Order: sequence, then C-alpha cells, then structure tokens
Amino acid sequence: MIRVVLPAHLRTLARVDGEVSLHIEGPATQRSVLDALEAGYPMLHGTIRDHDTQKRRAFLRFFACGEDLSHEPPDAPLPDAVAKGSEPFMVVGAMAGG
Amino acid sequence: MSGVRVLVGTRKGAFVLTSDERREKWDVKGPMFAGWEIYHLKGSPADPNRLYASQGTGWFGQLIQRSDDGGRTWEPMGNEFGYEGVSRTHQWYDGTPHPWEFARVWHLEPSLTDPDTVYAGVEDAALFRSSDGAKTWEELPALRDHDSAPSWQPGAGGMCLHTIVLDPVKPERIFVAISAAGVFRTDDTGKTWRPVNRGLQSEGIPDSDAQVGHCVHRIAMHQSRPEVMFMQKHWDVMRSDDAGESWREVSGNLPSDFGFPIEVHAHEPETIYVVPIKSDSEHFPPDGKLRVYRSRTGGNEWEALTNGLPQENCYVNVLRDAMAVDSLDSCGVYFGTTGGQVYASADAGDNWAPIVRDLPAVMSVEAQTLS
Repeated sequence: MIRVVLPAHLRTLARVDGEVSLHIEGPATQRSVLDALEAGYPMLHGTIRDHDTQKRRAFLRFFACGEDLSHEPPDAPLPDAVAKGSEPFMVVGAMAGG
Repeated sequence: MSGVRVLVGTRKGAFVLTSDERREKWDVKGPMFAGWEIYHLKGSPADPNRLYASQGTGWFGQLIQRSDDGGRTWEPMGNEFGYEGVSRTHQWYDGTPHPWEFARVWHLEPSLTDPDTVYAGVEDAALFRSSDGAKTWEELPALRDHDSAPSWQPGAGGMCLHTIVLDPVKPERIFVAISAAGVFRTDDTGKTWRPVNRGLQSEGIPDSDAQVGHCVHRIAMHQSRPEVMFMQKHWDVMRSDDAGESWREVSGNLPSDFGFPIEVHAHEPETIYVVPIKSDSEHFPPDGKLRVYRSRTGGNEWEALTNGLPQENCYVNVLRDAMAVDSLDSCGVYFGTTGGQVYASADAGDNWAPIVRDLPAVMSVEAQTLS
C-alpha cells in the first residue's frame, strides 16, 4: 500500500483523518499515486493538479524520504520506501501568503 | 414565522446569519470552509434550502459546494470549468494577446425557477452553466465569440465576469457585466450576445464612449420592472430604462460616484442604494464616514443613511457583491465590509446595526427571506 499525507485543507475536503492508503497497480509514480488518490477521492480533482494540464498546482510540493520530488517527471518511479509503504508520499502546501 | 438568512462569503470562510422577521437577534454559524476564500454564495429562489458556494484558494484552486439543507451540510460538486472551442486570446496589460486562463468563480447565479440550474461568472471572463445541480459545467461560449472579445482587458482585480442578472419576465434574456469590458446582453439564452453600454462615459479609456472597455462594477434590477437597470460603474452611477440599450448618469448629489455595489429596494423599484467610496485609489468612504446613500427617485437625488454606522475613522471598503436586500414587508438591507463587519437595517436603511463586527474581510452578502 502507498501511504499519502495530505495537507489539512485537503484532508477536510476528502473527509479523512491522518494518512490515506492507496493500492497501486504497476509502478508507483507521482502520476499513478495521484490518479489513484483522485479515483478514491473525486472531490480532490483539480486541487492538486490542474484539470487541463495535469501539472502540479504552483503552491503545492511533493516530498518523500526527506527529498523534494516536486520537479521530478510525473512518471518517474517513486523511492522504494514509498512504493513499499515504509515512507509516505507527502502533498505539502507551500508556505506562502497568510 | 418568517425570517431571514444572510449568506456571507469572506476571505477565510463562509458564515450563515439567521434571524426572525424582527431582525434584532441573530444566530451566527461559521466559519464554514475555514481558511478558504468564499467569493460568493447564493440560494436558489426556487428552493431556498439549495445553496451554492464558490470556494477557492491559490493553493488548491476552485471548488464548488452545494447545500440542500440551508447551509447545515455541504457537498463538493464539479469544479471543472473548461473553456469551449479553439484557443482564443484577450488583451493583456501590456497590450499583447493573452490566452484565456481560468482563475476562479466570482459569482454564482441560481436560476429563478429550477434549483438544479445555476450560472457561474468566472475569471478570465466567461459564463458557465450547470443544469445538474453543479455536478458538471458547460460554457456558453458565444459570449467570447463576440468581435470585441480579443480587445477585452483585465481590470486591476483581473478580467472577471462578476455580475449575472436573469430577466424574470423574459427567461431567454440574461445580462452579464465584465471588468473591464462592460455589460453584455443575450436575448436567446446565450446563443448570441451584444454589448449594451451606450451612454457610458469612462475617462480612463482612450475612446470614452466606446462600445466596450468600461469598468462596470455592478448592475441591478427590480424583479417587477426588468426593463429598468441600475449600474455602479467604476466612476458614475447609471440608469437604463430600456434594458441596457441606453444609459444615463444619475449620480446627482452623491459625495463620490465611485463605488462597487448597487441594490434595489424589494418593494419600491425607484428606491436604490449605493455606498460611495472616495476614489479608485483610495478605497474607503469619503471623510472616514461610512454612509449608505439611498435614492427614492431612481437616482439623482440621494440621501445619506448614517444612523448606526461609524461616522469617524472608518476606512473600510464594501465590495461589489457585498450588499443585498430581503423581501419582508419592511425591506431589510445588508452589507459587509472589508473590515469584517456585516451591517443590517430592518427599516430600508433608516437605522443600522452590526450583526457581527469581526469577521474576515467580507466579499459577498446575500439575503434570503424565509417563510
């Protein structure tokens, strides 16, 4: 299972507490994780990736294993620790504004 | 027992304020969607418990929420606003062509007759409609097909379609207002549009009486008399007696004719309300006195309404969607400020009192009269 940590506002929107666990078919990538996340929680469509471009929204970041993966290609494999579920994939709201 | 529900959108959430018909004691619920900008929320005239809300932030984009129980519970609905047709451009601040880019929903206007039909005015300026209770949205693309569209430019707040007025007598007629393009009208439910800005004079554009390019801030009509329209333009308060075909200025004795909202009394079609603001660079009331101005003559002759409003050291603004009226026998008038106050008058503006004083900056106020 892939573990995903959402920022507080998206946890409220998705009505989840704590982490989200996702089952992914095939390689764990940003795209496959976010596709599974949106399939399980349709209200998150458009909140992490732009509807049209599917690009990460500007003020969000993707962290895992102490690394910023925000600029990695969407189909690049996520770290093994994320794929095995020992580390979470973190969607983080950038510290910007008030 | 009748009552009032006031829907307040703020920079950091939504609030629902309710009272009985005396409008003296208020119950305040909120914040709902805490931390999110709520540009607008409004109830369906056909089903007062059906509410729609525009929720967003720069972090997470646009959401649309719907309530079927008067705001007690909400469900996120469809939030995909895809522009129709080929890629088009409008004019950017530097004069270059700029592709249309969706930013946010400024205004939601539920149908007068069908709770599942609702219109959305968005930035960059376009009109969308949902016929399934906001699950899905489709653009009415003919508006952006107008010959003038490539020349439309954003105002300081962005190029937004901020006002939607539905004609209660001719359901195929819709008015929209865009900053800074002007007013457009369709008489065939959105198949074709034309600008209706004749008579507007704007010194801030090179051709002051151009067909388009005017920074219209808000338009309003009385439901019993849809041919008569009132407008708060960037500068100038205007009136049309022919459904926008021609406009004339009715600023009269206002201390400033700059402002954002304009509203019409629920039972007196010639009684209108504005909140004069000092200027386009000084977005606060003249002389630090918060005054609503009322005309009982459809414009030109205005009286200041001050009882209960701060008359010194007041430097708040009142945004375009932040004023509303109820339809109780004694018409209630409501407005919210960027300082977080929501003021109410239960006697058509003669006397005012704050319902709440310390909300986040208020972006929209709507009033529902409940039976």
